[in-house]
Amino acid sequence: MATLRDIKRRIKAVQSTSKITKAMKMVAASKFRRAQQRMFEMRPYADRMNAILSGLAGSSEGEVHPLLAVRPRRTVEVLVLTSDRGLCGAFNANILKAATKHIDELKGEGFEVRISSIGRKAVDYFKRREIPQRKSWSGISGKISYSNAREIAGDIIENYTNEEIDEIILVYNEFKSVVAQRVVMARILPLAPIAAAEEMPVYNFIYEPSMKEIFNDLLPKNVEVQIFRALLESQASEEAARMSAMENATKAANEMIDSLSLQYNKARQATITKELMDIVGGVEALKG
Amino acid sequence: MAEGKLLLEIVTPQGLVFSQEVDEVTASGTEGEFGILPGHVPFVTTLKIGMLSCKVGSETKYFFVNWGYAEVSHEKVLILADSAEKSDEIDYERAKAAMERAEQRMKQAENIDFKRAEAAVERAVTRIQIAELKRLK
Repeated sequence: MATLRDIKRRIKAVQSTSKITKAMKMVAASKFRRAQQRMFEMRPYADRMNAILSGLAGSSEGEVHPLLAVRPRRTVEVLVLTSDRGLCGAFNANILKAATKHIDELKGEGFEVRISSIGRKAVDYFKRREIPQRKSWSGISGKISYSNAREIAGDIIENYTNEEIDEIILVYNEFKSVVAQRVVMARILPLAPIAAAEEMPVYNFIYEPSMKEIFNDLLPKNVEVQIFRALLESQASEEAARMSAMENATKAANEMIDSLSLQYNKARQATITKELMDIVGGVEALKG
Repeated sequence: MAEGKLLLEIVTPQGLVFSQEVDEVTASGTEGEFGILPGHVPFVTTLKIGMLSCKVGSETKYFFVNWGYAEVSHEKVLILADSAEKSDEIDYERAKAAMERAEQRMKQAENIDFKRAEAAVERAVTRIQIAELKRLK
């Protein structure tokens, strides 16, 4: 049986842990609010861009841009997006599990697979398993800017147009709600043929400078926007996941404190009873 | 929508900057400045660093637009810009400082950085111009 002092020490330790997890939860909550706001701010832009593209697709004739062309798939790149920091529940594990499974499937189907990773957790995961990565980016979560997305998109587009890669799949956590994230595999390139929205009137647009140049500009931009959006979604998901992980940890710590206090009180009571018995026994002995 | 009005929307990755019905829009496209009145033919163009202005009644509003696209349909002008600011949100001092920095860099830099510095100067100059325009009023 643990002595009183041992129990007391454990209670103190758990208490300080719960203080830390509670603080981390607060920090995650405020970071989450910021991330969520940025995500919402980004949405109108991404939506409008899709609208423009589908409007263009509806009125364009034939001409296909390299980023829209579907080639026979030989090399597939899986781009894995995780966080830089841990302590966010199953957030990273889910992604890595799904990505690994998908990679194995692709290999099974006979494709050549390349892996790139964003976020320290993914980088380290593949490094530990000695799986070669084509490219890796880390240290951006928490301070995502549009130029991060531009850099990543630029690299991908270059490799795609060089025909080193025929398809790019991005694996990331989509933000569903504060308590739910969903692992998503999105095809970044080739861009899905954009279906003309049906109810949209088909305009004969005048293009300035020319349709080709506008496509040249707009399509890579769309890749950047998609990646930027994924980065923001992942960021919001990460903080949400951390929030609930820390909430759970705090709860668990408090439960532990409760059961330890009970144990402590029981032990204290037992000592007192024992002492009383000793005293009573002593008094009885003196009487005799 | 009111007859004879245009809906102007300016959207950037940082959010919706402006959304309102206006009477007239003027913007700087890569091929030159253009003006749009309600009922314009559908039109898509790229925008360069420059000024965008719109008239609402007798009032004129100015914006700084940093690259982007404009999609014009009969009753709507949609601007997708990398960044955009209302004239009264422009930080005049910051633009001035940015210009000086960029000019310094242009003096030293080789051609790799030169283009970037040039763009920075252009941005700063345009910002300053728009901010001064507002000041004069």
